[in-house]
Amino acid sequence: MKRHILALLPLLFFIVLVALFTAPLLRGTDPSRIESAMIGKPAPDFVLPGVLEHERPFERADLLRQDFALVNFFASWCVPCQAEQPVLTRISDEEGIVIYGVNYKDNRDDAVKWLKQHGNPFTATGYDNAGRVSIDWGVYGVPETYVVNRGGMILYRHVGPLTWQDYNAVIKPLLRKG
Amino acid sequence: MKYVLPFLLLLFISIANPAAAVLPDEIMSDPALEQRARAISRQLRCLVCQGEDIDESAAGLARDLRLLVRERLRAGDGDAEVLAFIQARYGDYVLMKPPVKPATYLLWSTPALVLLGGLLILFRRLRFKPAEGG
Repeated sequence: MKRHILALLPLLFFIVLVALFTAPLLRGTDPSRIESAMIGKPAPDFVLPGVLEHERPFERADLLRQDFALVNFFASWCVPCQAEQPVLTRISDEEGIVIYGVNYKDNRDDAVKWLKQHGNPFTATGYDNAGRVSIDWGVYGVPETYVVNRGGMILYRHVGPLTWQDYNAVIKPLLRKG
Repeated sequence: MKYVLPFLLLLFISIANPAAAVLPDEIMSDPALEQRARAISRQLRCLVCQGEDIDESAAGLARDLRLLVRERLRAGDGDAEVLAFIQARYGDYVLMKPPVKPATYLLWSTPALVLLGGLLILFRRLRFKPAEGG
């Protein structure tokens, strides 16, 4: 009898493993999306030249000018960023949220053209050609969107293209809570 | 003859080295610093590819982080300081070796637990079934 129970052990082990691997899939969490180490921490200090010719530099002090700001990291070579741009425009237009854009490892002319083509919802943009400032934010791919409060504290990071649903489900409640 | 294939296989495995992605323009002039940079790079995960460390990854971010590691070393940082610098931005996950802390106690103790369990089973078998097979 005892031997029968022992024979069932591998099956039990297998079932536990399957449950362990299936749960994140069903929950819809993507393990390749890494939780930011910067949440709850002050945004890093930075000054970046603006992408557009007439633009002033984008710097940390800008983050402290409104109750909440989104900081979006994008690039003209980033295809998902194109899908996201109308969503950012809608958040800026309909919700009145200030969005800053950091252009990550891009060619300036391409970035200018891209903003003209896909819309520019950004209150100010920063040109991070070396990607060094993005590393200070903990960016590991574009697009990424950070929520920053008036104190300059990072509240949340979204990895990948932001959808209208994402905004309403996660970011909007965050802004209400403060 | 039948040993040739396994032998060749073992030979290939033994001479196969993980390919490094370090480009010539990244290498530091000071060989001692470069060696430290390589050792540190092997402890940092490439967050784009995730299975690779930044020393062997060809991803753009991995290259930027390799350059950053070298920049910190040139500025006089110790090895631990460089690792802490990157970890502060990218979290524990960027370390190939997870740090020992309450959340990872189970992870780190698993090999010992499995060994202990195995020994326990072995011990019981040897003790309670001495006659079997003999």
